[in-house]
Amino acid sequence: MRAFVYDRPAAVDEAVATVAADPQAAFLAGGTTQVDLMKDGVWTPDRLVDITRLPLRGILVESQQLKVGALTTMEELAAEPVVAQRLAFVRSALLQGASVQLRNMATIGGNLLQRTRCRYFRDPTVSACNRRSPDSGCAAVDNVARMHAVLGVDERCIALHASDVAVPLVAVEASVLVTGPSGQRRIPLTEFWVRADEGPSIENVLGHGDLITELDIPLLPSGWRSGYLKVRDRASYEFALTSAAVALQMDGDMIADIRIALGGVGSVPWRAREAEEMLRGTHVDPVRFEQAGRATMASAFTVPGTAFKVDLAVRTLSRQLLTMTEASR
Amino acid sequence: MKTTRSGTRAPAKQDQYTVDVFAVVNGAPVQWRVDTRTTLLEALRDSSGLTGTKRGCDQGACGACTVHVDGARVLSCLMLAAQVDGRQVTTVEGLAGELGMHPMQEAFLRHDAFQCGFCTSGQLMSAVCLLREGRAGSDAEIREYMSGNLCRCGAYPNIVAAVREIADGAGA
Repeated sequence: MRAFVYDRPAAVDEAVATVAADPQAAFLAGGTTQVDLMKDGVWTPDRLVDITRLPLRGILVESQQLKVGALTTMEELAAEPVVAQRLAFVRSALLQGASVQLRNMATIGGNLLQRTRCRYFRDPTVSACNRRSPDSGCAAVDNVARMHAVLGVDERCIALHASDVAVPLVAVEASVLVTGPSGQRRIPLTEFWVRADEGPSIENVLGHGDLITELDIPLLPSGWRSGYLKVRDRASYEFALTSAAVALQMDGDMIADIRIALGGVGSVPWRAREAEEMLRGTHVDPVRFEQAGRATMASAFTVPGTAFKVDLAVRTLSRQLLTMTEASR
Repeated sequence: MKTTRSGTRAPAKQDQYTVDVFAVVNGAPVQWRVDTRTTLLEALRDSSGLTGTKRGCDQGACGACTVHVDGARVLSCLMLAAQVDGRQVTTVEGLAGELGMHPMQEAFLRHDAFQCGFCTSGQLMSAVCLLREGRAGSDAEIREYMSGNLCRCGAYPNIVAAVREIADGAGA
């Protein structure tokens, strides 16, 4: 691991100023991705600004939304009763992610900023990685790939965004508050990440010194229900092969309104707006569920190791839609 | 402040890459002067000689290094020692009380909940927390909430039996 200076400022402004002043500095939160990448030699900051003591931890429940401090842990957010009542798919995704130990460490802000689990990205002896070093190629496209993305990718990079909780968060249109060197701004999560096929070396719209201070999650209106289905290689403590986050409001046997996002398939958490359009205002129809899934996956870019994800994602979404409309059929 | 017995690592030179950490480990105050890169796992094992906490994968995948920080189970291999400054840390060495082993340790013995024993410290630390978290309602729930601790020997059924016995006894 490369040597680094360790700072632990007491205030947000001080933390932002410290990182902004040093191009080789970075914030340190729960560390579950960062310390791992530093050990691997993939990430080599000269200065770490530990933000874990900043007053950014805790949840404020408002009538229409939750204001979640960026340093709130995944376990703490999952334990909030209002999340269980009004954002069931967020709770489900949280509790199906990682392990209790990791969820006790990982912050919600850090979860959104987690780096890809691509094994080639994480291996510094692999030189071909457009995400790490622009124009060096992509080892994943030409070698064994499985836990990789098929949407929002091309031959330059097939890195997956592996977060579970980010999937329902883009479905429900959560946003983050960011404090940076030039002040504060709000960024909707649907505009937060940059697709790999739009530039493999840029992961999100944050600039150097920008710090997520808060995540705002709109509560689902009463009458809506939601669920998160995760398909994986083992029953627990494993990343998704595919996943589907669905929130909907039924009117008899008709889908009055619906939000859909898919995980395990995209270089960014994948909002499936075309599927929503196809299903909104329609009667419950399993054939149409599959068509909506096919439409979402129509633009997939696959390599031999990831081709299975197209059918699996369609079936994952179909099954979740069937489960959630069962009482209405 | 009282310090722990000297570790195997020579005291680091005090410079910008060194950090002083004051924490309470198993009820006793400790002071570490360590390289900023030092993980909590390394500080516990090398600076405090508490080798009960095991280095398994060293990348947050196996759970062998599980300890409690301020009562919550975490992975000491992915936490910097500097990050527990001012915190309470409990390791497997801190489970036993004056009257002997922790009931969970006794249950692991009764149920033969290990073979090689390398993962056992982490299993115990998770199991003790799991009871406090109220997540021992069924065998399925125990398995789910112990899933961050891998056992290559495959002692899982015995581990679940040990946790179940203590959970039932505790009325959980």
